[in-house]
Amino acid sequence: MTKLTNLTLAEARDGLKAGDFSAVELTKAHIDAMEKHKDLNAFITETPELALEQAQASDAKIKSGDAGAMEGLPIAMKDLFCTEGVRTTAASRILDNFIPPYESTVSGNLKKAGAVMLGKTNLDEFAMGSANITSNFGAVKNPWGENVGKDLVPGGSSGGSAAAVAGGLALAATGTDTGGSIRQPASFSGIVGLKPTYGRCSRWGIVAFASSLDQAGPMTKTVRDAAIMLQSMAGYDVHDSTSARVDLPNFEAALSGDIKGLKIGIPKEYKVDGMPQEILELWKKGEEMLKDAGGEVVDVSLPHTKYALATYYIVAPAEASSNLARYDGVRYGHRAEGELKSLDDLYMKTRAQGFGEEVQRRIMIGTYVLSAGYYDAYYAKAQKIRTLIAQDFEKAYEQCDVILTPTCPSEAFGIGENEDDPVKMYLNDVFTVPTSLAGLPGISVPTGLSASGLPLGLQLIGRPFDEETVLRTADVLEKAAAFSAKPKMLEA
Amino acid sequence: MSALDKDTVKNIAFLSRIEVADEKLEPLAQDLTKILDWVEQLSEVDTDGVEPMTSVAAQTLHWRQDEVTSGDQPDLVLKNAPDQTDHCYLVPKVVE
Repeated sequence: MTKLTNLTLAEARDGLKAGDFSAVELTKAHIDAMEKHKDLNAFITETPELALEQAQASDAKIKSGDAGAMEGLPIAMKDLFCTEGVRTTAASRILDNFIPPYESTVSGNLKKAGAVMLGKTNLDEFAMGSANITSNFGAVKNPWGENVGKDLVPGGSSGGSAAAVAGGLALAATGTDTGGSIRQPASFSGIVGLKPTYGRCSRWGIVAFASSLDQAGPMTKTVRDAAIMLQSMAGYDVHDSTSARVDLPNFEAALSGDIKGLKIGIPKEYKVDGMPQEILELWKKGEEMLKDAGGEVVDVSLPHTKYALATYYIVAPAEASSNLARYDGVRYGHRAEGELKSLDDLYMKTRAQGFGEEVQRRIMIGTYVLSAGYYDAYYAKAQKIRTLIAQDFEKAYEQCDVILTPTCPSEAFGIGENEDDPVKMYLNDVFTVPTSLAGLPGISVPTGLSASGLPLGLQLIGRPFDEETVLRTADVLEKAAAFSAKPKMLEA
Repeated sequence: MSALDKDTVKNIAFLSRIEVADEKLEPLAQDLTKILDWVEQLSEVDTDGVEPMTSVAAQTLHWRQDEVTSGDQPDLVLKNAPDQTDHCYLVPKVVE
């Protein structure tokens, strides 16, 4: 029999239903794997006792025929989702003692569907980063590191979630994506990562980074698993005024395997200077695979692509500076120690001690671009270019149904690399940021290996609220690519 | 874009309510200048007549009845307070 930790979410679901194993057995297998691979540092807080309690309850429900859609399936929760009674840190010192008295809508939805929570996964502090190196709880190691004999980043910000799924510590995990934080780590770690349309999942109870961009989504081993998990995460929520009042389709049913006549757009602007040849080749291969499956390839143009990253690095820090103003050392979280002379002194010392370097940098950039005299030159300008970027996509979708691009301009890099220059680090998100600015659904599918033997992903981008086409195409791409390579650590 | 000087950075830090040691102002000024120089490329885009995007989702906000939907949970609200007394947050003395 396959090791329980090697199962997909769909296989585990079916196995539980058939009575091949219990939810407690399945959960125990993952708790053992977590114990064995603590060196990955994928979790900030582990909740094995809670997980076993939930698994026992799930076994009872399965027995009584009362099982939810995710019943008894052990998953990991990014430590950005507030979980009632379980510490939620956003990987920041400023929240290192915060125990939410309430549950986020998405984690609550998963709980209601019967999912078992193994623990809270590591991330870049406040989800600000692309390598999971800004966490107050230390860097996360990519499970693929052993394959090339060095410590690699798992990508970020959802790096702990990516490592947990790729390393077989959890069947699946939640992520959040503001500029690529689900898709980029999925590409670096050889798993599937789906950022739904803005508004598809409620943001209520997710520690806010940039509210007009933040969106929760599944990180899974397969496209089918992503469809299953999204079904339980998504839906309108009265607590989030930006959550969409749209019908929830059956995402798994969308995986028909049929993309005949579907128009696949290839945006020429994504052929950026200095992109490795192997990524260009993989992209071409992906195009061929979809063509062979009956898709029609069309060239499209997204002319403002080159301005997306700079636009993002005005809009996101501006929103972050406003969102993070709430951390003041008064109501919850860290408060500065020592003698405090005034309320301003309390704020300034608390925030200097509580926020890491990258978070401080982004708060200050955001404060500057919103400040009197600079607002129009920076923030208003960026908001206008954001409109142009969204219009680019609208025009492209007059010619095609889904867009195919690489997910990232590189494979996973070593821990310690790209740290000398913030702008260099930001370039990781060059292909994922435009989708976020336009609020569109995007998925990363592991499609091939680099010359050094590391996973590379391709991205599919869809129309607003058309996750069905995205998932259907991704499923076809996944089957054609037949990506079967695994991190060496899974062989032991 | 001219480079940010130390005084400007000091003011940004104060507006952000983040204490920055004097010796850190200079390297921080360089970091922030580098980022601002990089975003400066946006000035070459013609945005005349373009509406700024204020909402990514094409939807209007819904109204609801103006009524209390939750509340009266002072213990829960104060559960994570660093310092409190009698259902109030405690802060350093602000009035002499």
